[in-house]
Amino acid sequence: MSGVRVLVGTRKGAFVLTSDGKRAKWDVNGPHFAGWELYHIKGSPADPNRLYASQTSGWFGQVIQRSEDGGKTWHQPGTPPGEPAPGPGAMPKGDSNKFAYDTSEKTGKPLTTHQFYDGKQHPWEFKRVWHLEPSLTDPDIVYAGVEDAALFRSTDGGKSWHELAGLRGHGTGPMWQPGAGGMCLHTIVLDPGNPQRIFVAISAAGAFRSDDAGKTWRPINRGLKSQYIPNPEAEVGHCVHRIALHPSRPNALFMQKHWDVMRTDNAGDSWTEVSGNLPTDFGFVIDVHAHEPETVYVVPIKSDGEHFPLDGKLRVYRSRTGGNEWEALTKGLPQNDCYVNVLRDAMAVDSLDKCGIYFGTTGGQVYASADAGDNWAPIVRDLPAVLSVEVQTLP
Amino acid sequence: MIRVVLPPHLRGLARVSGEVQLEVAGQPTVRSVVDALEAQFPMLHGTIRDHVTQQRRPFLRFFACEEDLSHESPDTPLPDAVVSGKEPLLIVGAIAGG
Repeated sequence: MSGVRVLVGTRKGAFVLTSDGKRAKWDVNGPHFAGWELYHIKGSPADPNRLYASQTSGWFGQVIQRSEDGGKTWHQPGTPPGEPAPGPGAMPKGDSNKFAYDTSEKTGKPLTTHQFYDGKQHPWEFKRVWHLEPSLTDPDIVYAGVEDAALFRSTDGGKSWHELAGLRGHGTGPMWQPGAGGMCLHTIVLDPGNPQRIFVAISAAGAFRSDDAGKTWRPINRGLKSQYIPNPEAEVGHCVHRIALHPSRPNALFMQKHWDVMRTDNAGDSWTEVSGNLPTDFGFVIDVHAHEPETVYVVPIKSDGEHFPLDGKLRVYRSRTGGNEWEALTKGLPQNDCYVNVLRDAMAVDSLDKCGIYFGTTGGQVYASADAGDNWAPIVRDLPAVLSVEVQTLP
Repeated sequence: MIRVVLPPHLRGLARVSGEVQLEVAGQPTVRSVVDALEAQFPMLHGTIRDHVTQQRRPFLRFFACEEDLSHESPDTPLPDAVVSGKEPLLIVGAIAGG
């Protein structure tokens, strides 16, 4: 019987939630890496038992973890438990934790500074990995979106990482600046129909696309309007919160921006607003139904100054028309006195029939709907603040 | 033999409990002890010193013999009591937050 595995990253560890295809009863396993911040955990589509996790700490820096058994056991890539330390001349271990910006003469030389809060230029400084995106076809290839914003790739299962420097180096890098959460590359979307095409999003720079597997990049922000920046229609500087697509229509992307819900039908060449009748179009998450490419989900948040649901009512909004016309989904969700947030990587869908929708809150709840959002129930209520939610549909 | 006490999160990462004992060639210093620590426990690379700059992480400090060694040069010889194994080198996570 098919099943579902929900990978939850929190402020104080990782949790693995599992259920059969009915999605009625859940096993909760964790915390893994107790006490550490788990920004993101994601499984390889090519090998579902291969998981990657970003474990991070203000005290101890960045650690990458990998599992080969669906999250039961973990190790740092290249440093399996019990394996002896490398001899002289061997590849130094611990490189799985090393994210060094490209400073090479050929590709990294111009990549020096970005705009800082004070308007001055500031050097790039690595802080953490926000998002891990495994290749759709090769379990050993995985991308990492990091703060300060850059894209890294590993081709050896996370043992070592190399920057795709064309992103920072395409020309607009000095105009990027940190958002309130830092200058982070938080979204990586791989085009399932075109292995050369990658989308990323950065706060606060905007969305970018590569059509040559990450070598060269260009901004794709035409149509975005951000009233809070000096030029509201600037080429870069927009605080994009999240991008999602449906695999059957990779040219149609949906975006939750700082304010505004947007869509494109030409792979980001131009965007149009589809906020429509949303009660507020501020928010962080956005995702697409697994079987209906025009069915989209968001969780409206009151404002950038008040990161909680409007009127204390936690409501997912669903559009079955690709935006503009939205309906509130409330059954099973708290409709009074609810003041949690839902962070940008904390919503995901399964591919069962009916499609399951999942999201986690800063209050530690992980909610699930086994019927595309019509009815909701918490899987768990009292985890640490949830940073990310990913879902694997298992055979 | 140099004795090192790690903060709990790093003990978990290194999969050890209690103190760590290290053989350090030459004159023991903070740098040579951390080098030896990372050689024996490669999963700790980057967690005590930044991978690229090799600077001590801001919220970690080095103590020994009731002295804060954090602002000493990493090449300063460690106290005799640490070298002899009588006292450990303490790697301490700052009590920060609130």
